[in-house]
Amino acid sequence: MIPDNNTSTLPGLYIHVPFCVTKCPYCNFYSVTDRSAIPSWINALRREMNWYKGEFEHFDTVYLGGGTPSVLSPNELAAVLDGAYEAFTISGDCEVTIEANPGDIDEDFLSFLRDTPVNRVNLGVQSFDDAVLAYLGRRHDSEDCRTSINLLRNSGYDNIGLDLIYAVPGQSMKSWKVTLEEALRWKPEHLSCYELTLETGTPMGRRFADGDVELPGEDERYDFFMTTSERLEKDGYIHYEVSNFARRETFRSRHNMKYWNHVTYLGLGPSAHSFSGNRRWWNHASVERYISDLEHNRRPLEERESLTDKDLRLERVFLGLRTIDGIDGNDPALFDPPANNILQQCLADGLLEHRAGRIVPTRRGLALADQLAVLL
Amino acid sequence: MDSIRNFSIIAHIDHGKSTLADRMIQLAGLTNSRTFRDQILDTMDIERERGITIKSQAITLPYRAQDGGTYYLNLIDTPGHVDFSYEVSRSLASCEGVVLLVDAAQGVQAQTLANLYLAMEHDLEIIPVINKIDLPAADTERVMEQIENELGLDPFGSILCSAKEGTGVPDIMEAIVQRIPPPRGDAGKPLSALIFDAQYDAFRGTVVFCRVFDGIMKAGQAVRFMHNDTVYRVEEVGRFSLVREKKEQLEAGDVGYLIAGIKNVADVSVGDTITDDHRPCAAPLPGFKEAKPVVFASIYPIASDDYEELVVALEKYKLNDASFTYQKDSSVALGQGFRCGFLGLLHLDIVQERLEREYDLSIILSVPSVRYRFILKNGETVYIENPAHYPESMSIEKAEEPYIRATMMFPEQYLGAVMKLCIDRRGENSHINYPSPERVELQFELPLSSVIYDFYDSLKSLTQGYGSFDYDIIDYRESDLVLLDILVNGEKVDALSQIVNRAVARERALNTCERLKEEIPRQMFKIAIQGAVGGEIIARTTISAFRKDVTAKCYGGDITRKRKLLEKQKKGKKRMKMVGSVSIPQSAFVSVLKSDKG
Ligand SMILES: Nc1nc2c(ncn2[C@@H]2O[C@H](COP(=O)(O)OP(=O)(O)O)[C@@H](O)[C@H]2O)c(=O)[nH]1
Ligand code: SF4
Ligand SMILES: [Mg+2]
Repeated sequence: MIPDNNTSTLPGLYIHVPFCVTKCPYCNFYSVTDRSAIPSWINALRREMNWYKGEFEHFDTVYLGGGTPSVLSPNELAAVLDGAYEAFTISGDCEVTIEANPGDIDEDFLSFLRDTPVNRVNLGVQSFDDAVLAYLGRRHDSEDCRTSINLLRNSGYDNIGLDLIYAVPGQSMKSWKVTLEEALRWKPEHLSCYELTLETGTPMGRRFADGDVELPGEDERYDFFMTTSERLEKDGYIHYEVSNFARRETFRSRHNMKYWNHVTYLGLGPSAHSFSGNRRWWNHASVERYISDLEHNRRPLEERESLTDKDLRLERVFLGLRTIDGIDGNDPALFDPPANNILQQCLADGLLEHRAGRIVPTRRGLALADQLAVLL
Repeated sequence: MDSIRNFSIIAHIDHGKSTLADRMIQLAGLTNSRTFRDQILDTMDIERERGITIKSQAITLPYRAQDGGTYYLNLIDTPGHVDFSYEVSRSLASCEGVVLLVDAAQGVQAQTLANLYLAMEHDLEIIPVINKIDLPAADTERVMEQIENELGLDPFGSILCSAKEGTGVPDIMEAIVQRIPPPRGDAGKPLSALIFDAQYDAFRGTVVFCRVFDGIMKAGQAVRFMHNDTVYRVEEVGRFSLVREKKEQLEAGDVGYLIAGIKNVADVSVGDTITDDHRPCAAPLPGFKEAKPVVFASIYPIASDDYEELVVALEKYKLNDASFTYQKDSSVALGQGFRCGFLGLLHLDIVQERLEREYDLSIILSVPSVRYRFILKNGETVYIENPAHYPESMSIEKAEEPYIRATMMFPEQYLGAVMKLCIDRRGENSHINYPSPERVELQFELPLSSVIYDFYDSLKSLTQGYGSFDYDIIDYRESDLVLLDILVNGEKVDALSQIVNRAVARERALNTCERLKEEIPRQMFKIAIQGAVGGEIIARTTISAFRKDVTAKCYGGDITRKRKLLEKQKKGKKRMKMVGSVSIPQSAFVSVLKSDKG
């Protein structure tokens, strides 16, 4: 049985849909805008599914991410889902999520989607401020967001997540608060509020490196973080991970929790990562390589690694400190012994606290999760 | 004995001593140029890199002179830095003459003079050589004048030379034979030999370098080191060409080495006299002084696991450096370590660098200190060089600190600036000489504590590189001393405690706090840095806390990348020292050490 906070120890299945209509300048996920390869990608995906057939017990989450899964036509989407259900055992109460772009979903698409097992939709709203959306290079506007949420609700979706971004260059706290308020009015079951992070490989990241883009300073970013957390908790949302909020415990993202809890997951599609026991492996971030490898009956692996106990320990600490479930307070092996001083100071300073035998980060602690992981 | 000449090359640093030595070695045919390494006498890496000679060595150069005779020229190399002036004086005591090298562009400098005076004290024949005449900036006329007026030597006896190109080098060899007298001495008398250096050899133990004045030394003989009062049986004697060359015996006038199963270099004192145990000489040779450390600092490993390694490294290091001292010390903030004594700051730098480089250790040095003298109310006199042992202030009758006489030379235009520097450093009793119209020789009495840090660097930069500096320790003088403590988040970092004159305590405290603020990275907590004297806070700064440090997204694929990033950061943390819950990087300790002034 799935406990209240929607965590489980069964494996999760991730499918990477590496296609977007346009590429957002800050985005670091692997995707291409040429969608002509979708049919052969589907074929390859089904071959990859066959590679892993029988290797996993049944999955209790399926997550269609990307990229933009909502660029798939109903038939294409059906082919992907059918493939997964044919190759794997998928539990009846499975959480099946699709990421969608506002504007991509219309009534026809939704009436089709209602007949699939997809029971959770995560909408890439990003902002309700059109200036911010334009700056981010999104192809939708705030009106598209509203329309999409309305459509989703009307078609009966009762598990919706919204993605939002803050600390965008030029974005004021006021603009962000307006976006937050509007988001709250829709009463989504789940909210992801990400601080904009610029990676060097992206166009915006390059402009940042060249000094042409200025990000808000640490104090401002801290204010965004705290304001968000306080405001959402006021409305009863649970700040259960650095960037994630659930309206109730049961609305935590069961799938994402697996990443943070060292639960097995299988990732399919270009650039997808997998984890099992002490092994990680991941696929080439290239649609062509992915397709041709599978056409030649090769696994499209980019790399694999075995984690040592030390690696696992470090991961448990830094992943654990990202969530309000924290880390096992009674497992001395988790800490460097010299860190005890720091641990005590963090507890005294209210960055960490003891709860039910665990050491968990407070709100301020979450804002410093990486530092904590380095020090502990 | 008539075919032997014992000489040294003396010069201000960088005037070309090592280069000239190389040329002479080549000319003597000890090496062909294919196997020749530049600056062959400077065997240690650091000496090569810094271009200074730390340990003196000796080498015998066979030379066929114009008179047709074959001579053996014993070149005794000397260290070229003020920290090592005692060792220089012992080397000079082993010679009958010196080659005094002056840079043709720079002219006479403070150490040219200091070295000349040393040579004169030993009654040595002096051959002035003007080096680097190949330089476009060479001004031999001016240097000739300086040699006459400032050094009081006959300028027409000087030889023009370019050690780099080799011009003039045969003339120097010839002058050594013609002008430096052969050693005198009596091989029939009881043995007396002067130790001027010692080096450690992993296979043979300590190799002692000495000059035999009277008598004979050979294998099998029982010799006594008079000052240390130890007796050894001689295993081997010989001289150095490029390698050790075993000989039947060393006799009066010879310079050579001795191997006698001596375990540690520390068992040998430079300046000691070797004699025959059964037939001793009447008295030891004059001028013995124990090389006493004047600067002290504690050394701690950054990671306390490295303590054992530090112990081994210090033992090994000590084998080859008799003037370095160390004893156990412990710090509340930094754990187990050692209190070490050095001849000066350069010596300290060298030791630190060698420990880090040759033994791959990461160490932290406490703030260096001189040795203070306290006369207590109960009449006792104590010497304190470790702030941790600072006496109870109620018990102090009188506090004193060591003073030096500094001699500086520089072009006249910098006089004002240098005067100000010296006065700022609590200098007194100045003396100005004008050895020549546009040059100044300035003497000042200064607290040693005010020059051990960056005095020489400041002098150099004030005089645009033309200033030179030399010093002697003269006496102890009364000083209003206080103990300055540095607190990080209320916790005393005892390695940063300093004994200072009350007049400069506040400035020093502020300076230290600012330095630490620059070097300690922001952390999760606010960090208060304070300077305190006797419980009273006299300086403070704070480092504001980090508030946001977390990656927004951490999904599937990110985890490996993220872990590797954190591993790297964790490694960086390991190189920091934890004081309470604050991580202090090694650079913070170093910056305090480098920046202080008295
Ligand atoms: N141009 C020129 N440079 C020289 C001459 N002799 C030495 N040097 C350079 O001066 C610097 C210092 O020389 P070095 O022998 O290390 O001086 P030391 O400190 O007295 O041992 C080195 O860069 C040498 O290459 C010379 O005759 N002419
Ligand atoms: S942010 Fe989403 S829509 Fe934009 S490029 Fe990235 S994956 Fe595609
Ligand atoms: Mg040299």
